[in-house]
Amino acid sequence: MYDVYEIRKKFPMLDGTKKMHGKPLVFLDNASTTFKPQSVIDEVVKYYSLATANSHRGDYDLCYQMDCEVEKARKTVAEFLNGEFKEVIFTSGTSMSINLIAYGYGLKFLTKDDEILITEAEHASNVLPWFRVSELTGCKISYIPLDEEGKLTPENLRKVISKKTKMVCVAHVGNVLGFISPVKELAKIAHEYGALIAVDGAQSVPHIETDVKDWNIDFLSFSAHKMCGPTGVGILWGKYELLDKMDPFLSGGGMNAKFDMCGNIEYLTPPSKFEAGTMNLAGILGLRAAIEFINSIGIKNIHEHETKLRQYFLEQAKDIEDLIIYNEHGATGIITFNVKGIFAQDEATLLNSKGIAVRSGEHCAKILTDFLKTSATCRMSTYLYTTKEDIDTFISALRDGGDILDAYFD
Amino acid sequence: MPILTNQMMREIIMDHYTYPRNKRDPQTDKYRKIHMHSDNCIDDLDIHILEENGIVIDACFNGVGCAISTASTDILCELVKEKNIAQVTEILSNYEAMIREKPYDQDILEEANAFMNTSKQAARIRCALIGCTGIEELIKDEKEEK
Repeated sequence: MYDVYEIRKKFPMLDGTKKMHGKPLVFLDNASTTFKPQSVIDEVVKYYSLATANSHRGDYDLCYQMDCEVEKARKTVAEFLNGEFKEVIFTSGTSMSINLIAYGYGLKFLTKDDEILITEAEHASNVLPWFRVSELTGCKISYIPLDEEGKLTPENLRKVISKKTKMVCVAHVGNVLGFISPVKELAKIAHEYGALIAVDGAQSVPHIETDVKDWNIDFLSFSAHKMCGPTGVGILWGKYELLDKMDPFLSGGGMNAKFDMCGNIEYLTPPSKFEAGTMNLAGILGLRAAIEFINSIGIKNIHEHETKLRQYFLEQAKDIEDLIIYNEHGATGIITFNVKGIFAQDEATLLNSKGIAVRSGEHCAKILTDFLKTSATCRMSTYLYTTKEDIDTFISALRDGGDILDAYFD
Repeated sequence: MPILTNQMMREIIMDHYTYPRNKRDPQTDKYRKIHMHSDNCIDDLDIHILEENGIVIDACFNGVGCAISTASTDILCELVKEKNIAQVTEILSNYEAMIREKPYDQDILEEANAFMNTSKQAARIRCALIGCTGIEELIKDEKEEK
């Protein structure tokens, strides 16, 4: 039995005292970031108050213990993804993870005759690093067409992929429309053509089951803060043989085995090769606690909970005349909408005045705006602690409508 | 300036949002232009100023924005027309003071007084300042020469 009220008790941000504009906070911007349970906060605080030490750099017990903790976290992440321990690299978040693939693999192996395939629905973090690779290597960026609803389908990948394609870089769940892409089938097609597939998991790993082995993908990137973990930490998972031949993105301490002043360097093997400098150790421990928290609920249960909330919302919203929903057939907790005649940013401000947090904007997926044929949208997004009552408050705010200037004058 | 009621302020903002007088591209290439966009990524405006001999002859803007950014930019364009650089600077600095809840002179702001409540929605302060900052940038060089 999924007891959302019990789950909420574990989150200080949901203790009922947090208000926006004097109204109880209804947080529906979970695709942007998520609240942290006490167990994650405790773990971060524990690092600073009881267990501060660097990793990889000492001969004393505290350091050794820190090394053990980091490796334990790596193991927890690996099991969560069904990947191998040595294939898990700690980064600062999804953006850094994707940059690491772009700079470490893209720049090293792509040439002007090659092509990278992306879609119009990608987040800026999965577009701009590839633009950079294109700029520096001369390789071409092409787009896999989306279907009429905005979904990425295997058929459409087949339409554009060729022997020139060296990388297919797509989100598992898009941050604007929230459709789940069939990554297993996409990986199979990419591999038929000798291309790699790099999956942006920022919006999927926190919400649906991940199995990198079953999907047979090549890279996966995601952030801790979107899954109840701390900010400033994320993961790049990659197949070991690929990581092994990639160049490091950052150089410095903790990633070289030895070097001399003549420029001879011997790098450590992955994952250490990619973890130069002191890592966000408190964040890494917090990420482990976040995954343990998610495991204690069960990722499948979380997905089921969010699916029910989505259906509940759609059912309740059916008769709201002026509501435009752009992704009715999506399968995650992301719902993208506009209210007829109201600019998205004004709608989000009006909702803010009612204590409801949603995101307005182009959601960094600027290219998709041309596809949706609207300059901006609002996005509401759920997570494991979202309740039917949150949806009810949101629905009644949409139903009441109101003058956008009420936000300033009431 | 008579005291504005909330209802009057609402009407001023809605009027300039729905029917902006100065939302257009300039007809000649004599205008100075600046592109402004807000960090929270929707407001995206080009602002144009035509200035001759230290006088702002015309001001206009075009692009995409919310009610607050559109209406405030429109009203400021209206206010700065036919003013000299010193007067424009005076208007803009008082307007900014009002938005940031500092002391300001109500009398010179005319319709722009309608935005005195913007700080109630902290996330929209940047929207209310987008036009002001743009015009300020456009006259900056002129100010330095004086």
